[in-house]
Amino acid sequence: MREIEKMFLTLRRRKEGALIAYVTGGDPKPEYTPKIAEALIKGGADIIELGIPFSDPIADGPTIQAATVRALKAKTTPRTVLKIIKKIKENHSVPIIILTYYNPIYRMGLENFFRLASRYELDGLIVPDLPIEEAYDYKKVAEEYDIDTIFLTAPSTSQKRLEKIISYTSGFLYLVSIFGVTGAREKIQDLTIKLIKKTLPLTTGKIPLAVGFGLSKPEHIKTVILNGADGAIVGSSFVKIIEENLENSKKMLNKIENHTKKLKKATVKECSN
Amino acid sequence: MLKFSQYPIEGKYGKYGGQFVPETLMVAIKELEEAYKKSKVDQDFQKKLKYYLSEYAGRPTPLYYAENLTKKIGGAKIYLKREDLAHGGAHKINNTIGQALLAKKMGKKRVIAETGAGQHGVATAIACATLGLKAEIYMGSKDMKRQKLNVFRMKLLGAEIHQVESGSKTLKDAINEALRDWATNVQTTYYLIGSVVGPHPYPIIVRDLQSVIGNEIMKQIMLKEEQLPSALIACVGGGSNAIGTFYPFLDYPLVKMYGVEAAGLGLDSSKHAASLCVGAEGVFHGMLTYVLQDEHGQIQTTHSISAGLDYPGVGPEHSFLKMRERARYATATDEEAVNAFLELSKNEGIVPALEPAHALAYAIKLAHTMGRDKIIVVTLSGRGDKDAEVVAKHLGVKI
Repeated sequence: MREIEKMFLTLRRRKEGALIAYVTGGDPKPEYTPKIAEALIKGGADIIELGIPFSDPIADGPTIQAATVRALKAKTTPRTVLKIIKKIKENHSVPIIILTYYNPIYRMGLENFFRLASRYELDGLIVPDLPIEEAYDYKKVAEEYDIDTIFLTAPSTSQKRLEKIISYTSGFLYLVSIFGVTGAREKIQDLTIKLIKKTLPLTTGKIPLAVGFGLSKPEHIKTVILNGADGAIVGSSFVKIIEENLENSKKMLNKIENHTKKLKKATVKECSN
Repeated sequence: MLKFSQYPIEGKYGKYGGQFVPETLMVAIKELEEAYKKSKVDQDFQKKLKYYLSEYAGRPTPLYYAENLTKKIGGAKIYLKREDLAHGGAHKINNTIGQALLAKKMGKKRVIAETGAGQHGVATAIACATLGLKAEIYMGSKDMKRQKLNVFRMKLLGAEIHQVESGSKTLKDAINEALRDWATNVQTTYYLIGSVVGPHPYPIIVRDLQSVIGNEIMKQIMLKEEQLPSALIACVGGGSNAIGTFYPFLDYPLVKMYGVEAAGLGLDSSKHAASLCVGAEGVFHGMLTYVLQDEHGQIQTTHSISAGLDYPGVGPEHSFLKMRERARYATATDEEAVNAFLELSKNEGIVPALEPAHALAYAIKLAHTMGRDKIIVVTLSGRGDKDAEVVAKHLGVKI
């Protein structure tokens, strides 16, 4: 059994949802990322998602765009981020996934990318600009290297299309919970809850469902988990902490750990009180 | 074997093209594809398009024999396809009228577009004003500075401008922002792309709409010369005026085709925009095509004296025509373009935009090597008023 699947099974037994924590690899500098991952793990993150910075991140809002600029300025490459995975895995067993736009993979070549990813113990991959129509070869090579391919479903996705997406997906299904790009929002939209309820009958028993885009507060996490999602993905609010504490790394790491703790607590389905 | 004109097959030109967009947009581009297919056989739609092209945009545009220039060079006869005389001052209107009609047909009331030099922004604002649609234009702040006149024109035409401060603050970033807007407002908004770029079906929609250029050339040259041209020359940024010129001639192997990219300060300077000539295959703005990128797949910033060619990608059909060697791709530097700009102004009394000045620069070189019985058609994709300030600055003249 693969690591991501195992993690979701364990959490289900513990009656918890998964907290999937995203930061951009190499932000603000590559040497920070293992420490930031450490803080996320200490705070209780169940899966770590690292972004490979790309010059033109069309699915991302201003917060992650700025992280991308910082990481690229610090000369972060796809290889840098892949290497960081192995470094984190030396001390921790959490599953680690990568989010990248397709061009850095295409440039390296599918075979080369996955060979390297497998060597550095990557568990799963999210590519937001690679829809299933273009993913045949990608999926095939990922299978060969035993790496999960996490596809996205969106508010505009039809039922029929969703079934097809699920058949391409392994690890978990990523539900984009709103129309738009990544970035923290004040409130959970009614649309998000409707989408979770619409998607669950198709995923239950087949594949875990994780919700992302716009989630940043414990009450957001609580809402999506109580409505049946198996996991919640949080990114921009971690990236914001990095951005606001560039001059003080100790404070940055403390704040990340504390924020993670609060979010993780909100994934617990049955509270004692 | 398939004819060149039969591509794309399922959204692909050979291996190029495709639909590399976030899932949120997949439904929208499929919906667009359906609507577009229907519009092709919808007689009422085609009638309206024809009406606006002739009565409003001023088509057909003349095919003018540049006799003075031809005599000066002393080689092949040079004809100019006068897209600079189309309404708005460029070929862009051919596309925006068609797509704005499509947006209306699809029931979308809000139109967004990106612009580099501002020509597509202006043409979008024009089409939306006349068809009663709301236009919002994304433009990089760097481009806004060098194309102030067009910024003001768009405002006059009732468009709202969104200044883009991300990345290189030019066309590529304006497209990024437009795509983000589209993902947010996809239910109500039509994204009117200005070139033969982006995910399928945009490259085919824009090509079909711009093919009016090549279709007219074919008719006009047969009337004037009773033979097809030996060569077609057009500038290539995204490549819409070039594809529009080439497409009707693709299955006539004797007609040679040349796309001219911006070599900026020189191909070895890294300050250029020659995606086809020195780029590598990549996935960018929804398509697999030639892209200027570094060894890690990061898209590079470009430079050209003409904002309209300042783009690190290129339409996927051009990548295909290059691979199959149906068209050849060359370059002209900033310097060569400015010289051609001056040359045409003085000899023919026509001030071209800096974009087609690149095509002219190459045409002047090529005509010189060809016999007097040969014919070259250069597509003059736009007029040069917008570039007066840039050229004056380049020459060190204060205006």
